[in-house]
Amino acid sequence: MNPVKELPAWARWALYAFAGILLLTAVQSISDTERLTAVSSSREMLRWAVPIFLAGLGGLFSERAGIVNIGLEGMLIFGMWFGAWGSINYGPWVGLAIGVGGGAIGGLLHAIATVTFNVDHIISGVAINILAPALTRFLSDEVWMSPTTSPATSSPDSVDILFLGGGNIGSWESPDILLSISNWDVWFVSDVAQLARGLVTNVHWVSLLAIALVPVTTWILWRTRFGLRLRISGENPKAGEAQGINIARYKYAAVIISGALAGLGGAFISTELSPLFQGGNSAGRGFIGLAALIFGNWRPGGVLIGALLFGYVFGLDLRDLDGTASHALLLVNAVVLFGVTVWAISQKRKSDIILAGLLGIGSFIWWLSAETVPNWWSNILPFVLVLLVLTFFAQRLRAPSALGLPYRKGEG
Amino acid sequence: MRKLLFNLAAPVGAFVLTLVISSIALWLFGSNPFEAYADMLGHASRLETQIEILNRATPLYLSAVAAAIGFRMNLFNIGVEGQYLFSFLIAAQVGSLVTLPAILHIPLIMIVAMSVGAMFAGIAGILKVTRGINEVISTIMLNSIAISGLLAALQQRWQADQGENFTSTTLGTTPIAESGLLPKLNGVVEIFTREIGQGRELTGMLAIAIVVGIVYHLLLTRMRFGFDLRASGLNPFAARAGGVPPKHMVVAAMVLSGAVAGLIGMVELADGGKFPPDPIQGLGFAGIAVALLGRNHPGGMVFSALLFAFLDVSAGILQSTQAATKEIVNIMQAIVLIVAVIAYGISKRVQGREEARTTAEALQSAEANA
Repeated sequence: MNPVKELPAWARWALYAFAGILLLTAVQSISDTERLTAVSSSREMLRWAVPIFLAGLGGLFSERAGIVNIGLEGMLIFGMWFGAWGSINYGPWVGLAIGVGGGAIGGLLHAIATVTFNVDHIISGVAINILAPALTRFLSDEVWMSPTTSPATSSPDSVDILFLGGGNIGSWESPDILLSISNWDVWFVSDVAQLARGLVTNVHWVSLLAIALVPVTTWILWRTRFGLRLRISGENPKAGEAQGINIARYKYAAVIISGALAGLGGAFISTELSPLFQGGNSAGRGFIGLAALIFGNWRPGGVLIGALLFGYVFGLDLRDLDGTASHALLLVNAVVLFGVTVWAISQKRKSDIILAGLLGIGSFIWWLSAETVPNWWSNILPFVLVLLVLTFFAQRLRAPSALGLPYRKGEG
Repeated sequence: MRKLLFNLAAPVGAFVLTLVISSIALWLFGSNPFEAYADMLGHASRLETQIEILNRATPLYLSAVAAAIGFRMNLFNIGVEGQYLFSFLIAAQVGSLVTLPAILHIPLIMIVAMSVGAMFAGIAGILKVTRGINEVISTIMLNSIAISGLLAALQQRWQADQGENFTSTTLGTTPIAESGLLPKLNGVVEIFTREIGQGRELTGMLAIAIVVGIVYHLLLTRMRFGFDLRASGLNPFAARAGGVPPKHMVVAAMVLSGAVAGLIGMVELADGGKFPPDPIQGLGFAGIAVALLGRNHPGGMVFSALLFAFLDVSAGILQSTQAATKEIVNIMQAIVLIVAVIAYGISKRVQGREEARTTAEALQSAEANA
């Protein structure tokens, strides 16, 4: 038996995180960069991960109810626009709420098309992705006299987590435990502290909410009647129908929640990530969220891990003007691919051994032969990562059984 | 006859509803919708505008055929966007390296474009059959790789090569020699009409798009491969039992779709002679919309491509007459698509019921006679 598999999920992920940081620290000590484990890297990781995660979590609700939602990108764009509009007119908090509402309207549209009219899910999603940029351009032009940009938006303040990351209540200053640990300057220990510090200082409220949504979603979907019925709609709607469940209603609820979450992610982009609404700023995050959903095997915790991974790469790129950190990532990449090779050997999967081995060697040679990497590489790295992960693990993932299938009451 | 009416009711109804919705939107924001429509139609009645519409419809139609080939077997090639930009780039680069007689030069560029598009799309097909990766996800990722990776990388390189004094006109790939540019069709049009003014030129790719449409039609109705394609789309298990290897069909459909996608960029290449720093983007996604609106039908997509092109071209006149914001045309495109897709869903259901009823009636009368 594989001992790692016997561990509970949280312990397993903690182990993976531990191994990952160890690898980053080890690579960093033989590279000329300090960004791999810098405070700013993990802070940017979280900031970039939040919209990806919220979109992915939206996808989770929808797909658990059996509705494929590639319209997430469009719903994110609705959230961006309405969030910016609300924030400009009514302040940051109301702005976020209006962004959520905008995304939910996109979700409602998708639900009407796919549930009531049985339109193919992908087709409806594509239509929403075409509608959203067009409609927001139109609205921007009418409201702000410019089709692509808005005036400056505002965002709720960020917070420091007491004890761990300093901060203060009134005049009382909290100790900053992680800062003291990172100041010890002990190999690995201080690196962990720095990465952790990025997650607890200057944290946006929405980021905290997003992280809290992991246990909340798990509880809703796996511990409540609503969640059970929602999942039946995606696994076996006929069985649910036989129990007297109104499947269509649960599908509607799921897709509207899905849009609302993507909308929150969008509002986060246009108020926090950038200080204004700008057309094209969604940058495919809805799609990346969908990739995080698949990466995370349709589980909330997995989606978060996937989003953090993609967010790390994007965030690192942002701070990495000379390309050294991305260069060091090549070595990380190579080591991980060699790890996959070893795993494939133990599983006796011939094609995986060859593929992972070759890609690992390629990565390693690139790392040896170049001093820096061009920055287009870090632009595409998240997408390459998605393809690689799916290439090696797609067969081990399990989507809801009735995902994407048409459903009509009383048929079948 | 009845069937034809059914098939027409949905798109016509969708169009009428779209007009109603966009009129309301325009009226809400203080524009006169009728004035705007009158401007658009008046503009479109001019020969020069019609040339412009055809020039715009050509890449849209090619893009729609590329998407439709996949749709016909339930494959969603969302990656047309990346495929055409990538193959446009490579074809422009290869075309600029050689000087050949036109009769060789033009086909060389086209073949390069089609092969690159086919290979890029083929990646998604191979990932699907060997690794079980859904083509929607893989083509979306490949889009991002092609667009945000490749184009960004090239732009930087071009700027670096040119140093401080770059201008947008000198950026891009090296221009292709005259022999590599597809001839314009102005002469053909002018046989029937007056001389085309304002320097408008009808793209030669229109002829190629017509050929692609005819081949697509023949493929679906007259060829074994097209039959296999449709069969696999309708019922992969039955098709397999009938001796159609589903994995081969997936890869073949993706490759074919990518090859047609490779032609989309050729419209802009024949016009400008190079891969510009800011190529026209979004044709891939628009093509999906055109294919859906035209129901993947070779003739239906002609109408929807022309409609989308008409709306695109109308943006210009709205901007100059100020009758309405030009963004309304994109809204109209999106609304007509959503409404049409829903209308097709409804008409399919009604048609199914109708068929069930006529069959039941026929059965009853047959029993009564017996």
